[in-house]
Amino acid sequence: MTQQELRAARVQRHGEEAVRKLENACVGIAGLGGLGSHLAISLVRMGVGTLVLADFDRVDVTNLHRQQYFASQVGLLKTEALAQTLKAIDPWVALKLYPVRLTSETIPTIFDSCPVLCEAFDSAEEKAMLLETALGGMPDTVVVSASGMAGVGSANQIQTRRAFSRLYLCGDGEADVAEYGSLFASRVAVCAAHQAQMVLRLILGETEP
Amino acid sequence: MKWNGKEISLETAVTVAEFLQKQGYQPQRVAVERNGEIIRRADFEKEMLCDTDTVEVVSFVGGG
Repeated sequence: MTQQELRAARVQRHGEEAVRKLENACVGIAGLGGLGSHLAISLVRMGVGTLVLADFDRVDVTNLHRQQYFASQVGLLKTEALAQTLKAIDPWVALKLYPVRLTSETIPTIFDSCPVLCEAFDSAEEKAMLLETALGGMPDTVVVSASGMAGVGSANQIQTRRAFSRLYLCGDGEADVAEYGSLFASRVAVCAAHQAQMVLRLILGETEP
Repeated sequence: MKWNGKEISLETAVTVAEFLQKQGYQPQRVAVERNGEIIRRADFEKEMLCDTDTVEVVSFVGGG
């Protein structure tokens, strides 16, 4: 397969204009767990040209029940492991990998080239920290965040809403992992797909959730 | 004051920290926007909310 063949297949389905917008897009993903790994795969399949991926963590056996990693990747940095998968889908996607802990100091620098930034952390406090950092200090950045996808509740409870002018929020808003006990691959993937769909819509110029 | 789309009456101005506590929010888990501007956590104790403000509060839960 050549890069031209892959592009032609996308153009045939999505149209030249959408493909051009997607390949010129740069999207940041903060956290490469259940949300971030699913989200990255959707975005690469759709033809997003550049992804900035950040997570300090390594693949662990306790990740395999819901995150897009493989048994053979246990011990690898999540940035490296996910890059292998993404390059296997589209060898020409541009990836910028940051295996670092994200803080209010590092986030603005790492994601400065990303008009759209996806929050895909696990902890509620870190989600709030990213929001404050990105919405308070990065005036041109739109954030697509997620909150509430634990447990075995109906997938239909997961929604996308525009919480602030530059904040889209996916999830049921309530199901905390500390309270509901566990995160299941399917419900986390539904939430990640909501995030990916909102990113797609923003890239194509749609601003309604 | 308008809070997450609802009209509520605010007798006197309160700090963001006081408002969050009264409504049962955990300050470390929220993002607060007042009249379209984000309020930083470090300013929760000093920034005031008054009856003419429009305030949006997003409270996060864990999992991802």
